[in-house]
Amino acid sequence: MKTIAQSWILLALAGGAGCGVAPQQAPLPGQTPEAVAAATVPGAPSAPKADEYPVPPPPFSEGIYPCSFCHDMLDPNPTPRVLNNHDAEQPLRHGPGRWCYDCHNPKPMDVLRLANGTTIPFSESYRLCGQCHGDKYRDWKVGVHGKRTGSWNGKKEYRLCVNCHNPHAPHFKPLRPLPPPVRPAEIHE
Amino acid sequence: MTEDPSPPSRDALDSPEESREESLQQSTRRSFLAYAAAAAAGAVLASCTPEEREAYLQKRFRELSKEDVAKVVARLEAEYARKYGKPFKVGVEPAIPRTLFGYALDLSRCIGCRRCVYACVKENNQSRRSPPIQWISVLEMDKRTGVDVMESNLYYDPKEVPREGHFYMPVQCQQCRNPPCTRVCPVGATWQEPDGIVVVDYNWCVGCRCCMSACPYGARHFNWGEPHLPPEEANQETHYLGNRPRMRGVVEKCTFCIQRTRKGLYPACVEICPVGARKFGNLLDPESEVRYIIENKRVFLLKEELNTQPKFFYFYGV
Repeated sequence: MKTIAQSWILLALAGGAGCGVAPQQAPLPGQTPEAVAAATVPGAPSAPKADEYPVPPPPFSEGIYPCSFCHDMLDPNPTPRVLNNHDAEQPLRHGPGRWCYDCHNPKPMDVLRLANGTTIPFSESYRLCGQCHGDKYRDWKVGVHGKRTGSWNGKKEYRLCVNCHNPHAPHFKPLRPLPPPVRPAEIHE
Repeated sequence: MTEDPSPPSRDALDSPEESREESLQQSTRRSFLAYAAAAAAGAVLASCTPEEREAYLQKRFRELSKEDVAKVVARLEAEYARKYGKPFKVGVEPAIPRTLFGYALDLSRCIGCRRCVYACVKENNQSRRSPPIQWISVLEMDKRTGVDVMESNLYYDPKEVPREGHFYMPVQCQQCRNPPCTRVCPVGATWQEPDGIVVVDYNWCVGCRCCMSACPYGARHFNWGEPHLPPEEANQETHYLGNRPRMRGVVEKCTFCIQRTRKGLYPACVEICPVGARKFGNLLDPESEVRYIIENKRVFLLKEELNTQPKFFYFYGV
């Protein structure tokens, strides 16, 4: 029993570091990614209550999601390396030393995976980001980090982290400013 | 013509006979002028349409009875519909009980893109030109000097923002709890509502602009010309004390989007901000995001030393 628990922890740690294959959670025939995501690891932080943080759908890249379209046929390879097609479309600029399986579940690929091995759907990706960006996650939950719309005294709509930050290159992109006001000297009418 | 009812002057008391005649003469002249003025005003009013006459004789908004408010709203809605060729709604929603609106702006997030400026213009029916009116001014400041309004740049126009080494500070009405602008108004056309919003009754404003010189934030704006509001761009959802179309010669200002916030919505600038730097809520609600910010973040008030007590809080979210 002890050895099983130990190897289990080792596996979880390896998964968290992104250089190992996660505890296998192969979907049964007909099982959806959501069902897989719902299967949690004992001791993992509890999932948010339904509709606690109402968010819009994640901005999936067309032609890339669902990942399983290609990855169901491929074996997970945890070695960091140049990825020709993915690097061209979504170059990874997210701090040093990141790798796909830090966030993505190796198999099935259509869900994300927390450091403790829990798989979560893309619609709860804030839990994944919050693992490292805890201060932002804390502020986001109370509506201080990020945009929140809706009603100040009623129902509020949140945004997923990835609705504003590209997860592969999260730095906020500069914008073209709208025109400056007219100087008083330029008003002739 | 009846005799002037005013008491006799001091001279009249001193030498009754002589001065009495003088005073009679004077009073006759005075009464004549008064009657002439009244007659002239009467003639002018008689030449007006009934609507114009009603608008001219309208009381202050706060003194209107429920029936009068309904009449005023109907008159304004008809006037705007005629002018802009589409139906308008002029709301008169009162303040929500136990509400004191507060605003917070994250200086560490704002990138100076001016999306808020134009969302505000659109939502609040500001004049588009001759001259344009914008209730929000975004100031570009140098990170080395920090908040320094005198050295700030209102007219920055680079290809992309944020510019290296700069930060941005949007300034709008600070909705002071101790507003100098309402105190100086000679006619009582501007006041603070129970929910803390400082409003203007455009139909009572005489356009003296005393409030503009009293405001230390440059947050009040004057309609020097007939406001230019293209009918196709006009926002038909309005409030009497907020974004209804204005006329020439009146002062206007940010009202925290009174037409939205009194219905529970966020102001337009909060909704548009692409970086989520703008926060709004009820200062009396311990669960609101503004309260969280005041209690947990580094917050400062603009020109705090003037004791205007703004309900607009600048903070650093990082």
